[in-house]
Amino acid sequence: MKKDAFYHALKVVSTACTGCTHCMHVCPTSAIRIKHGKAVIDEAACTDCGMCLKSCPQHAIIVAQDDFAEILRFPFRVILLPTVFIGQFGEDITEEQIFAELHNLGFDYVIEVDKATGLLLEGTKRYMAEHPEQRPFISNFCPAIVRLIQVRFPSLIPHIIRLKQAMDITAAYVRKKYIDLGIPEKDIGVFYVTQCAAKIAAIKCPVGEERSSVDGVINMDFIYNKLRLSLNQHKGEPVREIPEQYHLPPQALRWTQSGGEAANYEGRCLAIDEIHNVIDILEKIENDELGDIDFLELRACDHSCAGGALTTNNRFLTLERLKKRGEYYIAHHLSSVNKMPRYADFLSRQMQLNGEILPRPIEKLDEDLTVALQKMEKIARIMKVLPQVDCGACGAPTCQILAHDIVQGKAKLSQCIFMQKILTQEGALTPEESLAMSAEIWGDEKFENIEQI
Amino acid sequence: MEFNYNLEGGNFSRAGAASSEVKKLLKQLNVSPALIKRIVIALYEAEVNVVAHAYEGVMNVVFDNQTIRVKITDKGPGIPDIGLAMQEGYSTASPKVREMGFGAGMGLPNMKKNCDSLSIESQVGVGTTVTMITHLQ
Repeated sequence: MKKDAFYHALKVVSTACTGCTHCMHVCPTSAIRIKHGKAVIDEAACTDCGMCLKSCPQHAIIVAQDDFAEILRFPFRVILLPTVFIGQFGEDITEEQIFAELHNLGFDYVIEVDKATGLLLEGTKRYMAEHPEQRPFISNFCPAIVRLIQVRFPSLIPHIIRLKQAMDITAAYVRKKYIDLGIPEKDIGVFYVTQCAAKIAAIKCPVGEERSSVDGVINMDFIYNKLRLSLNQHKGEPVREIPEQYHLPPQALRWTQSGGEAANYEGRCLAIDEIHNVIDILEKIENDELGDIDFLELRACDHSCAGGALTTNNRFLTLERLKKRGEYYIAHHLSSVNKMPRYADFLSRQMQLNGEILPRPIEKLDEDLTVALQKMEKIARIMKVLPQVDCGACGAPTCQILAHDIVQGKAKLSQCIFMQKILTQEGALTPEESLAMSAEIWGDEKFENIEQI
Repeated sequence: MEFNYNLEGGNFSRAGAASSEVKKLLKQLNVSPALIKRIVIALYEAEVNVVAHAYEGVMNVVFDNQTIRVKITDKGPGIPDIGLAMQEGYSTASPKVREMGFGAGMGLPNMKKNCDSLSIESQVGVGTTVTMITHLQ
């Protein structure tokens, strides 16, 4: 699998994008500009949080996924599910039906990654005891948050826990299990159903890890549609019995929900969801405003993974379904058939991540302090003339960011429509030049329909 | 390059806002994360001091190629004994302020620890001026 330096799963479909600026205004790292009437994402600043996708009224931002047909190349196919996948379905569809239909779709083994949370919890507690200097610990659960810290809060990188997450532990487990059962390693294909763009980016371009144990990804909305169709086709037929069918205990079900990690550790543990809330807390941590925090669970999406960009169900209904699943487990005195602990030693040994998490600061104006200072002075001068209404008509989200782009040679002061009016009145710019400038930002077609009024 | 931020005595909900703004500037100047952390901790302490003790103040920040020089001037009660105030654990904060998690008596010592040079001038009944200088490289 090709590994780009900074792989991003979020792509703009330029034929669908109207340059409406919704995404540009919500991006937490100001990674989006409008050029020629289309949104353009700056790969260095993007964290794959998915806010742009959720805000797009044209559905012009998509998550690139692997070709589903590629999966069939592997003779033995494993599908890894996050628990929120079951939550996408109403109670009329049972877990048994979902597992059976995934087999009907061509998978040989179905497993939810949160089966590994027991091992991960033990591993994390050991890790915390061994690395007290890292306190406050920041969970590396959400890949968008790890990337956010790299680009906006590099000073907090040393606090990030360096352990494999449930998805990778489960993938390693399944692989080992079937190799031990005699299936050649190259024949085993492990695919993860993802609820968000960030998990894809983490698989294609893992941070602090050589390669991911997962071979490919399937977008949750895609497999949901396939499964619904298949369920309809097999309506009324007896549900096929799947040998690996199991029940998950409430602790594992809660892991991907807000508070699911934080509830397990000693001391002062905070659970924060939604990326702007996370930024707010990280600012405080960076200022040392919150003294005695022990553990931070930080998730980019509102209501954590239930609010992922590729989910199909309402996040509150997802949580309701998962809650009922947990209650059923308790009411029926079920026990989890989890064979993973048999491999506990093998999995624990490789749980630690050894690669570096590199700082990738996006805010610096220049490597050289003297040059950066000159640019900062220039920004201050530019800000005195810009209107500070943050209208976005220049193709940048705020006046401040336009000024930043100007000093970096990525934009011109005349992109500001207020400036254009002043320059036109002063005769420094002809009306034709002003129009041409706007057309460069917004595309020619936005200026061609005037006769239709 | 000079920046000024107004500080409002008693407004704890905004305490830290000026320090956060300065932090953004330090990130733009590509100052190392460890150094940013030191500077911001010192600034935050100074900012909270004004909010907790004074009526109003100004944080004046001047960058040159080598240093950041921050002068925090407030109108307030002043410090009668600076030597005593520099001792760890010594605090004149009211119980109300302590309830909010401030006023542990670590402010000035913490500021001294986290900057290259600290000077304090104070006049009882008039106000206090704290100057902190830190080298950026």
